[in-house]
Amino acid sequence: MMAASKKMLEAEPSEIEMLLPFHAAGTLSARDARRVEDALAADPALARQYAVIREEYAETISLNESLGAPSARAMQKLFAAIDAEPERKPSASIRLSARVSEFFARLSPRTLAWSASLGAVALLLQAGVIGAVLMKKETPSFQTASLSLNEPSAGPITRDLGSSSAAPTRALVRFAPEARISDITALLDNYQASIVDGAKGGMFRLQFGKAMSKDEAASLLTRLGREKIVSLAVATP
Amino acid sequence: MQVLYGRHHVRVFRFGLRLVRDEQIAEDLISEVFLDVWRQAGKFEGRSAVTTWLLAITRFKALSALRRRKDVGLDDETANAIEDTSDDPEVVVQKKDTGDALRKCLTALSPEHREIVDLVYYHEKSVEEVAEIVGIPENTVKTRLFYARKKLAELLKAAGIERGWP
Repeated sequence: MMAASKKMLEAEPSEIEMLLPFHAAGTLSARDARRVEDALAADPALARQYAVIREEYAETISLNESLGAPSARAMQKLFAAIDAEPERKPSASIRLSARVSEFFARLSPRTLAWSASLGAVALLLQAGVIGAVLMKKETPSFQTASLSLNEPSAGPITRDLGSSSAAPTRALVRFAPEARISDITALLDNYQASIVDGAKGGMFRLQFGKAMSKDEAASLLTRLGREKIVSLAVATP
Repeated sequence: MQVLYGRHHVRVFRFGLRLVRDEQIAEDLISEVFLDVWRQAGKFEGRSAVTTWLLAITRFKALSALRRRKDVGLDDETANAIEDTSDDPEVVVQKKDTGDALRKCLTALSPEHREIVDLVYYHEKSVEEVAEIVGIPENTVKTRLFYARKKLAELLKAAGIERGWP
């Protein structure tokens, strides 16, 4: 297994090495994820490479989030173009809504599974999150899953990592597929954390009870990353 | 359409912007992509996620837009981008900020490396989904990402940052 991580620049990478980025992103099948986990446990050099990959993963999210959002011009242009489209028969609007409904009905099993998990977790945590927000009178910075068409900025599915240095410490966490809701709630209790955003690609954004120094946050993330039900915990830049 | 647009336009915009590197063109891409969705909704076969379909259309339109910009070919853009990084390695070293350097080097990757890194890390697409979006075999997805990461390591090394891999 050691050989897997000792590939030189000119050598072909091993299958496991090539799977590491997908493991960091949580897009591997359960079988492949297990293979990677086993390899990581047996090969410290491979584990070091995985740490490098997690850094790349976090910075790629940070870079993309820094790109901002399009102006309202794009939406105006789109709907002007749709208005200019020839009328459809018999009722284009009814057919479109049926198609859009069909899109969501045909979401991939993985997306549906995570959505279901999020729904269950959200029910348990909603009261806590709302209570915390109200009690602390903090400006809420999370997005809900619902879309308000009156707010142009509401709704887009992004990977916002948050950036305020004065705000409580946050982390992006992916729970292991076998994690139960009771395990997750117990973990949240232990860490005095709440889920403020989640199930975007299987990642949940956790907010901890207080702002922490860089070292404190790093130590907490390491501890969190070692939890049995946590498959990935990364800092929010 | 408003719901679909509201949920996905930011991701479509960011993916397009990373490919074309021009906000104006990226905004135009959004309306083109969603107009295509409006026109071709009946053709969506449901075998893949909606985002996979949207990103595939975005990629196709972004590459078409790049081809239209005759003065900025893909190869030229790649060369320019790589030069950008080597402009100020000292500054990066001085800062000793790996995160900053990483983001800068991610921007300096070639378009085909950028798109695969973004699809896997940011858009969290699986091997199969990336293969569908980019139109390449699944094994090529894995090797291309590996070599994109290797290129990233080389750019970082040139900027004075060693990460212990490769």
